[in-house]
Amino acid sequence: MAAVMNSLPAKPSASALPAHGRTVALGVLAFAVLAVVGFFSPKWLTFLITMAAANGLVSLGIVCLMRGGVVPFGQGMVFAIGGYTAALMFNKLGFTDALGLPLAGGLVAVLIAAPFAPLLSRYRGIFFAMLTLALSMVTYGLLMKLDMLGGSDGFNVGRPTLLGQKLPDARVGYILYLVTLGVATVMGLLARVYFDSTRGLVTLAVRENELRVEYLGGSVRQAMAINFVLAAFCGGLGGALVVMSLGHIEPNFSFWTTSGEFVFVAILAGWQSVAAVFVASTVLEVVRSFSSAYFPNTWQLALGLFLLFVIRFLPKGIGSLWTKGSTK
Amino acid sequence: MTTQTPRIRFFRPAAMLSAVGAAAALCAGGVHAQETFKVGIVSFLSGQAAESFGIPAVNGAKVLVDAFNKGAAPAPYNKVGFGGVKIEAIYVDENGGATKQVQELRNLYDREKVDAVVGYVGSGDCLAVAPAAEEMKKFLILYDCGTPRIFEDNKFNYVFRTASHAAMDNVALVRYMKARNIKAETFNMINQDYAWGQDSKKDFTWSMEKLYPGAKAGEDQLPKFGAGQYGTEISALMAKPADVTHSSLWGGDLQAFILQAGPRGLFKRTQVVLSAADHVLPGLGEKMPDGTILGARGAYGLMSPKSALNDWWWELYSKAYNTYPVQAPYRMVQSLLGLKLAVEKAMAANGGKKPNHEELAAALRGSEWDSPAGKIRMTLGGGHQAIQDTAIGKTRYDAAKKMVVLDDIQRFPADCVNPPANMKSEEWIKAGFPGAKGCP
Amino acid sequence: MNEVFTILIDGLTYASWLFIVALGLTLVFGVLKILNIAHGSFYALGAYAAASFVGWGASMQWAPAYSLVAMLLAAVVVAAVVAPLTERGLLRFFYGRDEVLLVLVTYAMFLILEDVTKLVWGANPYYVSEPYSLFGNVHVGVQTWVGYDFALVALAVVVGLLVWWGLNRTRQGKVMLAVIHSAEIAASMGVNVSRVYMLAFSVGIFLAALGGAFTAPMISVQPGVSVGVIIVSFAVVIIGGLGSIEGAAVGALIVGLARSLAVHTAPVAELFSIYIVMAVVLMFRPEGLFQRTQARKI
Repeated sequence: MAAVMNSLPAKPSASALPAHGRTVALGVLAFAVLAVVGFFSPKWLTFLITMAAANGLVSLGIVCLMRGGVVPFGQGMVFAIGGYTAALMFNKLGFTDALGLPLAGGLVAVLIAAPFAPLLSRYRGIFFAMLTLALSMVTYGLLMKLDMLGGSDGFNVGRPTLLGQKLPDARVGYILYLVTLGVATVMGLLARVYFDSTRGLVTLAVRENELRVEYLGGSVRQAMAINFVLAAFCGGLGGALVVMSLGHIEPNFSFWTTSGEFVFVAILAGWQSVAAVFVASTVLEVVRSFSSAYFPNTWQLALGLFLLFVIRFLPKGIGSLWTKGSTK
Repeated sequence: MTTQTPRIRFFRPAAMLSAVGAAAALCAGGVHAQETFKVGIVSFLSGQAAESFGIPAVNGAKVLVDAFNKGAAPAPYNKVGFGGVKIEAIYVDENGGATKQVQELRNLYDREKVDAVVGYVGSGDCLAVAPAAEEMKKFLILYDCGTPRIFEDNKFNYVFRTASHAAMDNVALVRYMKARNIKAETFNMINQDYAWGQDSKKDFTWSMEKLYPGAKAGEDQLPKFGAGQYGTEISALMAKPADVTHSSLWGGDLQAFILQAGPRGLFKRTQVVLSAADHVLPGLGEKMPDGTILGARGAYGLMSPKSALNDWWWELYSKAYNTYPVQAPYRMVQSLLGLKLAVEKAMAANGGKKPNHEELAAALRGSEWDSPAGKIRMTLGGGHQAIQDTAIGKTRYDAAKKMVVLDDIQRFPADCVNPPANMKSEEWIKAGFPGAKGCP
Repeated sequence: MNEVFTILIDGLTYASWLFIVALGLTLVFGVLKILNIAHGSFYALGAYAAASFVGWGASMQWAPAYSLVAMLLAAVVVAAVVAPLTERGLLRFFYGRDEVLLVLVTYAMFLILEDVTKLVWGANPYYVSEPYSLFGNVHVGVQTWVGYDFALVALAVVVGLLVWWGLNRTRQGKVMLAVIHSAEIAASMGVNVSRVYMLAFSVGIFLAALGGAFTAPMISVQPGVSVGVIIVSFAVVIIGGLGSIEGAAVGALIVGLARSLAVHTAPVAELFSIYIVMAVVLMFRPEGLFQRTQARKI
């Protein structure tokens, strides 16, 4: 397969280097700007952006799969696994590092999701969505039942430390904001590199026409399985980051409505631009927050209308607003 | 398909920054012409708990805040607003999960700049928001949720609960059965399969072990929360009949269960005991089978003790909403009354200024006050957790009054059915209620 | 023996209820290829409408038997009013898009309808009790069932047969079957596909509302009733195969009996049983038990 791939005319890797250099610079710049903004922002805003970034990571995983033409409706499962891993490690093992916990969350999510990858890579369309949904609901059922994992109330998680340092009272929110944004930026850049790599482009080809990819020697199943595992890592990472800032974990993380919201953000973002995912996640958080404040009795109506508006008038997602080139 | 017109590349950071900027601008709320005491009130305005708990409580809050602002409450609550400062209430829907609630809590304190938050029916929500408020060092009153875990597993300086926790409900229920000599050699249970149902079931079982030693537990049904269809469970309960059938079902689930089990004769075959059922009585009316033993999680509604304050409150609520107040609005009113006194006490101590969060906490800690349901005393959890009296009664449909009334009401003083300050509920029940005082 | 009999009857009554509630969902997916999350909301609308209609009937002193007619009428009115509005006013703009996108659209519809029903009917509970006692009680050994539960079994059979007959024996139905197989080819043969969509969606909503209307006597109709039926309907149609009437019937029976068995013998397992059955069926027969094989287009 590698030989065939190498002889293909398109050479993303060669011209990508200067482009990637620019992307990395832009990413670092964005992080720096947000870090400064966060320093002067009120606490509720930094918290909102922290949540948006962590949730955005999960949606990034979904975008990874969407580029291959499938939409998972059960990312809540890996989100919950990442969160519970971080929470349990904190409470039972006493491991409290703010950088180590997300990594652990991501890795455990990969470990648990990986056995399902070969199975799931065989499905498409609504069946892929339904099977992932079923798996996430089975996880939800398990989490609700198991008392040692807190049962339906879940349990609380204390304040994490950073590289052995205790975090000062006044600045905890800001530091976790920086950690979350940092992880999100790094993952975003890695995702961009991956999307422009050979494997990433094969994924796009799978979305177009699987049969042709198979004829050309690519393995559709392998591509989808790898994407699924990467999405699981992103999901676990996001889950752990959310738990650290929220201080609480519960089975609802794995409920189908949670997964649905991640899918919505991915669709709102579109699959062309990585930054769009985080913008979309922020937009959803802002809309949710303000419709709750201004429409306490009808926030569901407001949110539903917003969803419909976006799906109708931004068919290719926010990313289409600024990505160049053919948007087929 | 044609290529899309490419937009200028700097849209991306510009879009992000403008989103952030717009949000930040919105946070600079308008300055009030007159100082008010802002209270965030969080309860279920949608979802399954709205009809039974959330909306009645919010209705109670609305009518009470109005009365306070007019100075229309009886003494010692007759100052206008809180100590002369008008009250401004902001209502937030508790529906949407614990994660959303923590975000909303932060918004209430940081964006809306509320001076206090009173809220939360769901135990999961309470467990999630309490540490958040504590970390932010902001004053929070939990007014409704039942789990004992809040103050038994944690220590808080800024978080308070102005109602008893749920251990009291089932302990009182079993004590009532014992006091009335209800035959209970066997018992079945049906509870929703989540923390509330499981904890209630355990409290009931342990209490039975102590007060009815030798009683055998039979069916243990755990239907999904929100199931609504109980035909199969009812068949199981009737196939293996027991002397007593216990349930902590509430809201729509309880109403569905009663509507489905009543016609099938379950209530005639077994003594049904319900731990938190008073809120379904006004709606069900005739359809509520007679002779059901139930509690209201406190001396609320038809079981509330007679007093001038209670009469005033009953009249205030009934006139506004055409129905009498059940447990949820009672818990809201006792919470707001306690808050009012705490604010006024703190203002007296700091020279008349609006108190900050620390002053409020110091004022509420360990305090006691009169409420329409009796005296509320903050004695557990280091002065942060309230205890109160409760009552259990038996239903009977009164055709003349066209409503369900409660007979054989028995009151249980707070010290009889609540654990002492130094013991957790579970160990207190399992140890046989050491230190219980004044039990009938 | 008694126990086995009870388990079977409980399984059957629950399955009938499930079938009536889930049938509309499978029909809408089969024809329009939309997995309708708002199905639960239409169910709730049917329940509320039934509450209103039966209430009016009671206030005009109709005989209790007419309440059944009122419930049927409620379902018809809901379908007649809501279906055109939703289909023409909303769904039409999203046809042809990704299936999962349509799921999100229906999720948005669910959110909107939740608040709309709350705005129209308020948060107070409604009771529709007259019909429930119409059929008396049925005593079998130590058990007593309400006759209404068995009436639901009869209703399920009637509805199932009618829908099957409508699809397989009438001309319009056969046209609809053609559209289920391939909308493109049907359109090229001169079928007015949008009218078929309209019809199928209306029937689907009618069935959902019918489920709600006939469940209303057993429950307290209040905000939140829609949530409980969504997942359980999904499980039934996934097990039976999306778009298959027979599949919905078999799926309902499997879920009903599994649940009945769990409740009577091992109540602890009840929460899981439905998700696990769903996951297992999806893993081994993803198209469901009755799905026709789909030809793959290259």
